[in-house]
Amino acid sequence: MTNGHHEIDHNIDIAPGDEHFEGGIGERVLGYLTGLGLAILLTATSFFVAGTDLVWQPSIPVALVVLAIAQMGVHLVFFLHITTGADNTNNVLALAFGVLIVMLVIGGSLWIMANLNHNMMPMDLLMQMQR
Amino acid sequence: MAVATMARSDGDPHHVRGGEVHSGPAPKRIVTGYGFWIFILSDMVMFSAFFATYAVLLGQTAGGPSGGQLFDLPNVAIETGFLLASSFTCGLATIAADARNKLWFQIAMAVTCLFGLAFLTIEGREFASLVARGAGPTRSAFLSAFFTLVGCHGLHVSGGILWLLTMMAQVFAKGFRADIQRRILCFALSWHALDIIWIAVFTVVYLLGSAA
Repeated sequence: MTNGHHEIDHNIDIAPGDEHFEGGIGERVLGYLTGLGLAILLTATSFFVAGTDLVWQPSIPVALVVLAIAQMGVHLVFFLHITTGADNTNNVLALAFGVLIVMLVIGGSLWIMANLNHNMMPMDLLMQMQR
Repeated sequence: MAVATMARSDGDPHHVRGGEVHSGPAPKRIVTGYGFWIFILSDMVMFSAFFATYAVLLGQTAGGPSGGQLFDLPNVAIETGFLLASSFTCGLATIAADARNKLWFQIAMAVTCLFGLAFLTIEGREFASLVARGAGPTRSAFLSAFFTLVGCHGLHVSGGILWLLTMMAQVFAKGFRADIQRRILCFALSWHALDIIWIAVFTVVYLLGSAA
């Protein structure tokens, strides 16, 4: 029984979180540092954009969502090592299914609740009818 | 694109290359890691329900304070910085575990633990100050959703710190055995995943929530 993942052939799957690397320790640390730098940059931009009046105000929520999704991508690639490599197919497919369910739950809830809200009688009218 | 894929078919895991046979089950490390990855994704699905609840109830303040009046964004930025830094040191611990360096593993894990505790302390003080100002979870539907979502993430981080301390003790007592290495892999996965969920928390709850 091999206990490391160093012996594993490059053309078969790797576990999620395991890095497909050829370089030494220095290069791996550099990878995490790159991820950290990008994440700090995106986080700082998010907090800056949220409080600024330099940009058109209605664009701010969209910008925040885009920045958040970008940062999630950075974390997935540099910290969790979920990449598009051939050895990562299973991990990516599981992630894709997870994202599908998350989108259905959040998008579906917001859609249904907004629709119900829109169609509901104003509260004061409803109170009058119940007298 | 299709041509490029065809040309690289020798790199495709579904094609058995000449002379080499990939038979039998996958190594245990891959099976364990993959199973834990599925669990992490199911945890994210659970969080998505809390996020949907928060988004729906954001405006339902029942005459009470709204997010914009309550949230202290500089405080949240510092909190975010601690969790980000802990994700980085957790990565260093993973590298140290792969290199089988006990000293650096323990140092990196201890620093990760301290950053995690700093995060929890800031969050705890924020919760205490909200409750002291009469904005506890019972004040409005908005605050119930807020405390459920952020508190659930905080509970995950607390559990993660207990797991982290367990891993430090296990490496100290048993060394880098194959089963211990698998547990370290799963721990790192969950810790990085908590950071990903926190990105959604600070964006949706604090930044978008204080604008609403």
